[in-house]
Amino acid sequence: MPEQPYEQEGAIAGTGMGGAMDLATSEATTLEKTPGGPEGTGPAGKPRSLWSDAWRDLRRNPVFIIAGVVILFLVFISLWPSSITWMSPLTCDLAKAQQGSQPGHPFGFDGQGCDVYTRTVYGTRTSVTVGVCATLGVAILGSVLGGLAGYFGGAWDSFLSRITDIFFAIPVVLGGLVLLSVVTSNTVWPVVGFIVLLGWPQIARIGRGSVITAKHNDYVHAARSLGASNSRILLRHIAPNAVAPVIVVATIALGTYIALEATLSFLGVGLKPPNVSWGIDISAASPYIRNAPHMLLWPAGALALTVLAFIMLGDAVRDALDPKLR
Amino acid sequence: MLLEVRDLHVEFHTRDGVAKAVNGVDYSVDAGQTLAVLGESGSGKSVTAQAVMGILDIPPGKITGGEILFQGRDLLGLKEEERRKVRGAEMAMIFQDALSSLNPVLTVGDQLGEMFIVHRGMSKKDARAKAVELMDRVRIPAAAARVGDYPHQFSGGMRQRIMIAMALALEPALIIADEPTTALDVTVQAQVMDLLADLQREYNMGLILITHDLGVVADVADKIAVMYAGRIVESAPVHDIYKAPAHPYTRGLLDSIPRLDQKGQELYAIKGLPPNLMHIPPGCAFNPRCPMAQDVCRTDEPPLYEVDEDRGSACHFWRECLDG
Repeated sequence: MPEQPYEQEGAIAGTGMGGAMDLATSEATTLEKTPGGPEGTGPAGKPRSLWSDAWRDLRRNPVFIIAGVVILFLVFISLWPSSITWMSPLTCDLAKAQQGSQPGHPFGFDGQGCDVYTRTVYGTRTSVTVGVCATLGVAILGSVLGGLAGYFGGAWDSFLSRITDIFFAIPVVLGGLVLLSVVTSNTVWPVVGFIVLLGWPQIARIGRGSVITAKHNDYVHAARSLGASNSRILLRHIAPNAVAPVIVVATIALGTYIALEATLSFLGVGLKPPNVSWGIDISAASPYIRNAPHMLLWPAGALALTVLAFIMLGDAVRDALDPKLR
Repeated sequence: MLLEVRDLHVEFHTRDGVAKAVNGVDYSVDAGQTLAVLGESGSGKSVTAQAVMGILDIPPGKITGGEILFQGRDLLGLKEEERRKVRGAEMAMIFQDALSSLNPVLTVGDQLGEMFIVHRGMSKKDARAKAVELMDRVRIPAAAARVGDYPHQFSGGMRQRIMIAMALALEPALIIADEPTTALDVTVQAQVMDLLADLQREYNMGLILITHDLGVVADVADKIAVMYAGRIVESAPVHDIYKAPAHPYTRGLLDSIPRLDQKGQELYAIKGLPPNLMHIPPGCAFNPRCPMAQDVCRTDEPPLYEVDEDRGSACHFWRECLDG
C-alpha cells in the first residue's frame, strides 16, 4: 500500500498543508471517496498532478463531454466528408436552384442548385482546417515569443510589448480587407497566415504574463541554485507551469478564428469559390433570406454549432485547470 | 578557507531609488564548519547568500563591490556558464519553503534525478536509482515506492528532506540553508536540523545557516555573524555571543527570546523598526533603536572593532555592552 510510508508528521501536515494546490487536491480526495470504500485504496494513491486532476474533472463535466463529442464528429467529417455524403459539393443543377427540402436532399438546394447538405458537410473541412492550423500557429508563435520576452525581460520584452500594442490597434476585419484583397492564392493558407499574424500578440501577452508569474516561483530559484541552465529552466520548470492559460485562451480563440474565416469569406476576401466554405455559402444566400431561408440557415447553424462547441470546450478546460474553481 | 566573502556590496535599483541591501559584508566558513547568519528580515542575510550562489536577480540587483572567494577562486570574476557549473555541484542551497521550492508538476524522483542528468550526464534510469538512494539517505521511509510521487503528496518535513537531498546530491563542499526550518512545526524542525547536522559531519561540508531563530543556532553553529542593515554588526564564536553579546543589537535579539524562568514578565522587544534601506541613518545604522546610543553614534559609523582574536563588534561602546 503506497499510503503507509507516511511517518507521524504526515498526519499533522496532511490536514494543514497550505497553498491552493493542496486545498484543491484534498478537496478532490474527499470527492473521490466512495461511501464504504476503505481509505487509501482509492485513486489518491496514484501520482496526481494538475493535469491528471484536470482530466478527472473534465471527464465528469457534461459540458466537456457534449463539446468533445461535437468536436470529434466535426473532425471526423472534415477528414472523411464522403462518409456521410454521396454527392460532390460542386455538382450543381441550376434547374433545382433555391428549392427546399426534398427526398435525398434534406437541406434543399442553394442559389446555384447545389445540395446544401453536401456543401455544409464539405464546409466543415475548411472551418476546422483554418481553426486548427491558425490556433496552432498562433499558440506556437505567441507562446515562444511571449515566453522568451517574459523570461529574459529587458529590451526584448519592451520591444515585443510595443509590437503587440501595434497589432492590437489593427481592426481585424479592416486589416483582413486590406491585406487579403491583394492576395491571389485561393487556398486556406493566406487566411490562416492572416489570422496568425493578427492573433499571436494575444497569446504572446498571456504567455509572457504566465512566464513572469512562474519565473518568480521558488522552485525556479531552486533549480537555478542547483545549476540548471536557462533552456532547462524554461522548458522543464517554467513551461509546464505556464502553459495552462495559453491552452485555455487558444481553445476559446479557435472558435473565434473559425467565425473570422467565415466573416472574411462572407466579405469576399477570405476564400472564394470554387472553395467550399460556410462563409461563402452564407454570403451567397443572404440576398435570398426572405424567400429561401434554408440556404442561409444550414451553413449558419453549422458555423454557430462549431464555434459554440470550441468555446464550450475552452470554458470547460479553463475551469478544470483552475484549482481555485474546484 | 572554503568560502570567504570580502567587503561585499549589493544594491537594488528600483523606481523609488537605490536600496543598499548589503554594505560591506565580510564572512568566511571552513570545511566542516557551520556559520550562522542572524538578522531580521531585510538585514541582507539572504541577499548575501544569493550573491554567493550567483542567483541574484540582476537587474534590479547589482553587486557594486567586493570579492567572493570560493576555494581560492573569485566567483564574481567567473563567466555565467562557469558559475552555473559551480552551482549544485560545488555549492548548493536549501530554501525556506520546500513546497514552493519543488516544481509541482514534476515527481520528486524527476527533480532529484535532474541533478545527475544535468551535472553528471547520467541516463534517466541511473538517475532514478540515484534518486532513490538519496531519499534513503535523508531517511524518507519506503523511498523506492515514493520516488514517483509529486511534492504535494509529501508532508512538510518530508518535502524539506527532499530539498536537502537535492542540495546534497552531488556532495557539494558548501551548503547554504536559508531558514530551512522556518516553515516547519517545532518537532519536525528539530528532526530536520539534526539530519542536516549529521549529513554535514558525514560529508565534512561547510554550512551557512541563515536564520532569525536563535534557538536553532545554539545547538548547531560554530560561529555567528549578526547582520543589521546590510552590515555585520557582530561576529563571534557561538558560545561567546550567548555568554556576553558585544553589540546592543545582539543583546536585544537575545533578550527577545521567551524564557521559562521569566514567566509572567513582559517579553522584551527591540523598539522601532528596521531601517529603510533607501535611507539608512547616518552614523551607526542601529542608533535610532539603540538604548546605549550617544552623539557619536549619530555621526560616525563604527568600524568592526576587534573584541577578541576571532571576535568583532561594530559598536563604539562594545566594552560597555560586554560588561552589560
